[in-house]
Order: sequence, then structure tokens, then C-alpha cells
Amino acid sequence: MASKNINLKLKVWRQENAKSKGQFENYDLKNISTDSSFLEMIDVLNEQLVGENKEPVAFDHDCREGICGMCSLFINGQAHGPDSLITTCQLHMRKFKDGETITIEPWRVGSFPVIKDLMVDRTAYEKIMQAGGFVSVNTGGIPDANAIPIPKPNADEAMDAAACIGCGACVATCKNSSAMLFVSAKVSQLALLPQGRVEASIRAKNMVAKMDELGFGNCSNTGACEMECPKGITLAHIARLNREFLCANVKD
Amino acid sequence: MTKLNSKIPEGKLKDKWSNYKAHQNLVNPANKRKIDVIVVGTGLAGGAAAASLAELGFKVKNFCYQDSPRRAHSIAAQGGINAAKNYPNDGDTVYRLFYDTIKGGDYRARESNVYRLAEVSNSIIDQSVAQGVPFAREYGGLLDNRSFGGALVSRTFYARGQTGQQLLLGAYSGLSRQIGLGNVEMFNRTELMDIVVIDGKARGIVTRNLITGKIESHFGHAVVLATGGYGNVFFLSTNAMGSNGSAAWKAYKKGAFMSNPCFVQIHPTAIPQHGDFQSKLTLMSESLRNDGRIWVPRKKEDAVAIREGKKRPEDLPDEDRDFYLERRYPAFGNLVPRDVAARAAKERTDAGFGIENNPKKEGVYLDFKYAIKRLGRDAIEERYGNLFQMYEKITDDNPYKTPMKIFPAIHYSMGGIWVDYELQTTIPGLFAAGEANFSDHGANRLGASALMQGLADGYFVLPYTIQNYLAYEFDTPRMDPKTQKEFKKTEDEVKARIDKLMNIKGKQSVDSFHKRLGRVMWDKVGMARDGKGLQTAINEIKQIRKEFWQDLKIPGEKETLNVELEKANRVADFLELGELMARDALARKESCGGHFRTEYRSEEGEAKRNDAEYMYVAAWEYKGDNKEPALHKEPLQYEEIEVKTRNYKTA
Repeated sequence: MASKNINLKLKVWRQENAKSKGQFENYDLKNISTDSSFLEMIDVLNEQLVGENKEPVAFDHDCREGICGMCSLFINGQAHGPDSLITTCQLHMRKFKDGETITIEPWRVGSFPVIKDLMVDRTAYEKIMQAGGFVSVNTGGIPDANAIPIPKPNADEAMDAAACIGCGACVATCKNSSAMLFVSAKVSQLALLPQGRVEASIRAKNMVAKMDELGFGNCSNTGACEMECPKGITLAHIARLNREFLCANVKD
Repeated sequence: MTKLNSKIPEGKLKDKWSNYKAHQNLVNPANKRKIDVIVVGTGLAGGAAAASLAELGFKVKNFCYQDSPRRAHSIAAQGGINAAKNYPNDGDTVYRLFYDTIKGGDYRARESNVYRLAEVSNSIIDQSVAQGVPFAREYGGLLDNRSFGGALVSRTFYARGQTGQQLLLGAYSGLSRQIGLGNVEMFNRTELMDIVVIDGKARGIVTRNLITGKIESHFGHAVVLATGGYGNVFFLSTNAMGSNGSAAWKAYKKGAFMSNPCFVQIHPTAIPQHGDFQSKLTLMSESLRNDGRIWVPRKKEDAVAIREGKKRPEDLPDEDRDFYLERRYPAFGNLVPRDVAARAAKERTDAGFGIENNPKKEGVYLDFKYAIKRLGRDAIEERYGNLFQMYEKITDDNPYKTPMKIFPAIHYSMGGIWVDYELQTTIPGLFAAGEANFSDHGANRLGASALMQGLADGYFVLPYTIQNYLAYEFDTPRMDPKTQKEFKKTEDEVKARIDKLMNIKGKQSVDSFHKRLGRVMWDKVGMARDGKGLQTAINEIKQIRKEFWQDLKIPGEKETLNVELEKANRVADFLELGELMARDALARKESCGGHFRTEYRSEEGEAKRNDAEYMYVAAWEYKGDNKEPALHKEPLQYEEIEVKTRNYKTA
């Protein structure tokens, strides 16, 4: 595809810090190559702002290849913007039209407070993982990796779930700000494998309890999270989480 | 003369690690609680070390600049991890993995460290499986393997095209568990600013909270740097945007030696650059070379026509395609090591056969047509689906239908902080693990060996060797950084540097300087180097550095989130590190691995080593800001291996 240059109008959320009230600012950007990525477009905006002695727009990003999960923009009302199965850093400007107005916001989630501009605090995710997102094994003293055969379909399905990058798009998209897709990805991955099976119930219970404590909403099965997940994590994992959670409570 | 003591244990190569463990000092469980260990970085080496040390009972403080330890750039490793399991029964052994790694590194790595690496490789796979890492499996339920460059066996374990992610999340799960248990105190969005050395020993670090801008001190009985590589000195690389060399550089300035800084790996298969706005280069995994065939047009006029969009590559018949790796290296073909593959791509594009219409006409094809014909599209999709998807999103080309365009890109730093067998630097109590140290990959790293080394250091080496130091430290009382004068002094130095940066108030942005540095590095300290170019590079870097300190512009305030200030801090260090890299490349008057001096090549154009004079590890000692650094040499002795010219033409 031949590249071309386009002009854009940006409507960007600016917010000094967690306590201050934010507002949209408008910027004009000219001659953006359609081959550049969305974040490279923001780089250009920031160079322009620095040139004008203004503070650049703060946004999270790091690997810029769709795997670290750091980037987190709500673009024209969609988590990670108008393309499927990608993160913001993989979104390219060829998805936009010349002269288009692009609205850029942070994740709007109570449990992820804004730090500055487009950057949010996802510490809540860390706390959920610390509550149970692991197999309780220490380093060393482990049997041979081939000691326990695992059916390929199970390993593959575990891998599907394990692909979660912890970006928060699911929560940002959910009308209830539920973290069920995120939690279910980890619970499901480990429940599918014999190594994680041992603690499957207690894991589900602990992670769900922490999720509730941190103020994430309930799941009402609308499936919006699944639509916006950059890694294609499906609702089937939420079903598995519910099963584990139910079993855990029945046992109590 | 030399201050370097590599502390290689006595005994035969295969017994050294066992001997070491049998005789090393350990810390008793009750005393472990009295010891604080600082770990900087949460990638495979740092995350694994922090978790493992905490499990042992040490009190760990772990730092990362990202918002979560799960984001460290190990996560982006795609292809796989090597281990000498020999599950495929194709003749692999610990010795063969060791041998391939030494040979792949062009005989510039320390034999004892590499043997240990190969020895612990199998435990890493066991460990990861126990954590729930969903490696690829065969239908019988057992683990699958694939091949990588520089090996004649299939010893690479993988989890689709995201092996680094899965291994990192495994380490992260262990780390999360220890944070939850209160054994690790985690500091996210916190960047190391300097290392505190008291009476000759590393005793802590000074950090900047990236949200508040607050400068803080942290005490540790020992400090571990697991801060990755410095590839971003080139501006464009496959590293993450935040990856930097500053921790290593601070260590260097405090007395740790920097080793072989000119050894950087140029990965042969990244997506070619396409514009000035570009912020990074995206890697396409080496695993793709299992099934993809690399070629350029045989005729120059076809290359021109393709660049101009007048011809499509898929229309070019086989006889008009030059499969130059298969032609030049029949035994290894498309699976030659990275340095060899990268140079061969440069050779073809320099000769005018490049296929991408970018400023330098750089690019070659990686074609899956043949594999799709042989195995079917489904098999290829299962193996590489996510990589193909990523490629298509970036380039808008469908690699199932048209060959991928690829070109070499800066990827990994083999050079790094000098460490002894215990992974200890020349500063007692300061350790370096993973890509941050220099020890295992010599002048070129083999594919799927970075994950192996990071986790080997973090899980199975450092938790042992650090105790040999800490066994003498348990009765050192914890220090209070608020009252200890060395901490205060280091904090003041850090604050003074930040003020200096903020007060330049010039006209040019950090990125503009970084891009200029990157261009000098890529053109003169990149894939091919020569004495004259390196000397020019040193002068040019000095000039850019001078301008940087006179004309840098940083908007905003220092005591708040300020991304430009963060970048400025890192680029200021890159502007010094880049010069040392050029200096190291200039001093090494030979070609080896990724270090290719055009003056030193064989008649066939291959890298020509000079073992008589350069079979050593270069270790640079900082002597002061305007003084020449001192070069120390650690001679490399190969007892078990016959040193040969690398040959990938015949088996």
C-alpha cells in the first residue's frame, strides 16, 4: 500500500495530576504519514509541543510491538482504537482519513485513577495477581518437564488465555468496569494445566475477592470486553472462572 | 598488573559448578532475614532473581521504571529458549550446547560461565513448566522443540511466537507471590539514578520516583543490576522505548568495569525502516528462518523494478531469485548465526540488490511460499500466526501471499558490565545479571540463548553465588539512608545533575540529539566498522554531547512526572557510552562475531579473528570525565575446546 500524508485534528485529554480536573485540548497536526503508528503520530505532536515550549502529552508505552501491555489509549471511543486484535502501539495511521478529528482519552475506570493526561494507575491489577495469580512453587526441586504429559488441546487453550497482556482494555470497555476477563485469563490458564490444577479453587476465590475489594464491577455478560481484547481472550474463560469460583464456594 | 580476578573454580570444566556449590559459603536461614538485597530490573534475570532470593528468605527490594514488573522488555522475546534436554533424540548434550554457544560467540566468551549456563539450562524448562508456562506440545502431550540458528539440533522450547512473554509471566507470577507474602517490596515507576558505594562496597541506590520526581535512597547489603542492554544508543533498535544503559553506566562511573561494549548484536530479521518518524524497529523472530527462505533478486534490474513497484516479488520465478544464505553456507543455510545472516544481507543490499524503497534501499525477502506448499497454510499459521498478524498490521502486506520484507536491526548487547564467575562486578557487593552483564555470549549471541541466560542467572546462578558474598555481611546492620552521609552525598549529586539538565534551557529536544547520536552509531559503529570511521564517530559524539549540554530543552518541572527529563537523563549517558563503544571497537583490531572491522576480513569476506592478539575480554575502567579510560584485559583460555575458524559452510 502506498503511503501518503494526512492532516488531523486531535482532541486530547489533558490532566495535570490525579487530583486536578482535566479537560480536552485541541491540536492541529499536519503531514502525518499513513505508514506511521498511532504512537509515532503522538511523538510528532509532542515534538511540536516541546518546540512551542509546552508540556508534551503524557502517555504510557514501552515495547511498541504489542506485547508489554503498557499502552492504553481510548481512541474515538474505542479501547486501542478502530482496529481489532491490536494494541494502540500497533494501530497505524492508515486507519484514519485526511482531515479526521481524533479523540484521545485515558482508560476511564474508577479503579485505574488518572496519573497525568493519558496515563493511568493500574496497580489494582498488580494486587489481584499478588492475591493468587501464580502456582505456589519455589525455584528448584522440580521434576522433569516431561514428567507430566499435558494434552495438546489443553496446553493450546491455556496458551490462548496466557496471551493476556494486562493492558486493561477489557475493564475500560466494560460498562460495569469489571475485571472478569483479566482475572479469568489467569485462572483459566492455570486451571487447564495439571501444575495449576492443585490450587485452582482457592486461586479463583482469592483473585475474585481481591477484585471485588478493589472496586471493579460485576460481569453482566455483555461481551464487550471480548470484542476489544487485543489478544482475543474469549468469554469462555470467564465461564471457566465462574465454574472454579462456584466449586470453591460449594466446597466451603 | 590486571585487577581482574575471574574466580573460575578449580577442577575440570564439567566439575567446576558442582565444586563451587560444594564449597561456597551460604547464609543460614535465620540470618537471611537480616539481609536486604536490592534488585534493579524485573525482566527474566531480575524478576527471577528477586523471586528466588525472596523464597530463600532474604528481604528483597525490586525496582522497575515501568508501571508493572510484567512489562520488562524480556516480554518481547518471540522465538524460544534453548536447553540441552535432547527430547527429540537428535544428539544434543550439555557439552554440545556449551560448544555451540562458545563457537557462536566466536570464541570470545568465558568457557566456565558458558558451561555452567548449558548445565543449568534443563532446570529452567522444568521450573517454567511447574509455574504453568504453556510451552508448545506434541499430540502425545510432551514438549515440542524447534531449531534456531547456529545449531544442528532442535533444542528450542517455545510458546507460540511469544516465548519471552510466557517465561517472563512465569517469573512475574513467582515475584507477585513473594510481593503478596511481603518478602519483596516492589517499587514500580522508579528509576535508578545512582549507586551508593560505602567503604568500597555497594550499599544501595538512589532513585527517582517517575510520578512525583522525588529523589529517594534505598539501602541493601548487596545490589543486583538486571537492567538489560543498551541497544537504544542507536536510537532505532528492537529494544523498548524505555530500555537504557544508565544503570550500567552509573556502575561504570562508580568503578565497575564495562566489558566489550562494542559487541552488539544486529538481528537479521527485523521489519525494514520506512521513515524519519519511526520510533523503533520491530523484530520478526529468528524462528521464522526455520521455514522461511531468504532471498533477493538475482538480477539488479528486478531489484530496481520491485523497489519502484513495477514488479511483485511473488511473480519472480525461482531461477531469478538468489537464495544467498543457502548459496554461501550450504551446511547451515538459512539457519546461520545472526551476525553471519545480517552481514550477508548487508553485502547484498550494498551491492544494489535491496528490495525496499527506503532511503538506503535496504531490505531482503523472507519467503514462506515454499513452506506453505510443503506443510500447508494451517501449519504455518499455527507456528507463526501471531508474527504474521503483527507483520501485516505494521506493513499492510499479507505474508501468506507475498514474502516478508526484512532487514538487520540492533537487537541485543553482548557487551556489558564485567562480572566474575559469581556475577560480581569489580565493586564488591554489586552484581550484574542477564543482558546487563557481558559474560556468556562472546561476540555474538545465538538465538534463544538470551532467555536461557537471563533465567539461568536469575533462578540458578545468582541465588547461589550472591550468598558467597552475603555470608560475610549478615552482621552488617541495616543503614538508615536518611542519616548516612554517603547516601546524602549521592542524592545531592543526583539532584545537581537534574538541576543542570533542567537549567540548560536551550532550543533542541532530547529526541533530536538522540537521533543524531543514533545515526553516527549506525553509520560508523554499526554492522561494518573501520578505524577511520570509528575515530570520526568519537569526534562526532563528543560534538553532539557538547551541544547537548549547551542547547537541550526540557519543558516542565523536575518534581513531577516529566518524560522529557527521564529521556534526557538516559540520553546523557548514551552520549558517553556511545563513545566508549567506538573506542572499544577501535581498540579491537580484528573482526569477530558481531564486531566486523572491514580492514580485517578473509578473502571470502568473512570475519577474520586475530586470536594471537585479541583473545581477551576488554574491560574498561573509568578514570574521570575528561580522561581516557584504562583498558584491562582478561585473557580467555580454552581448555576443553579447540579454537577454530567458524565455519557454517560445511558440517
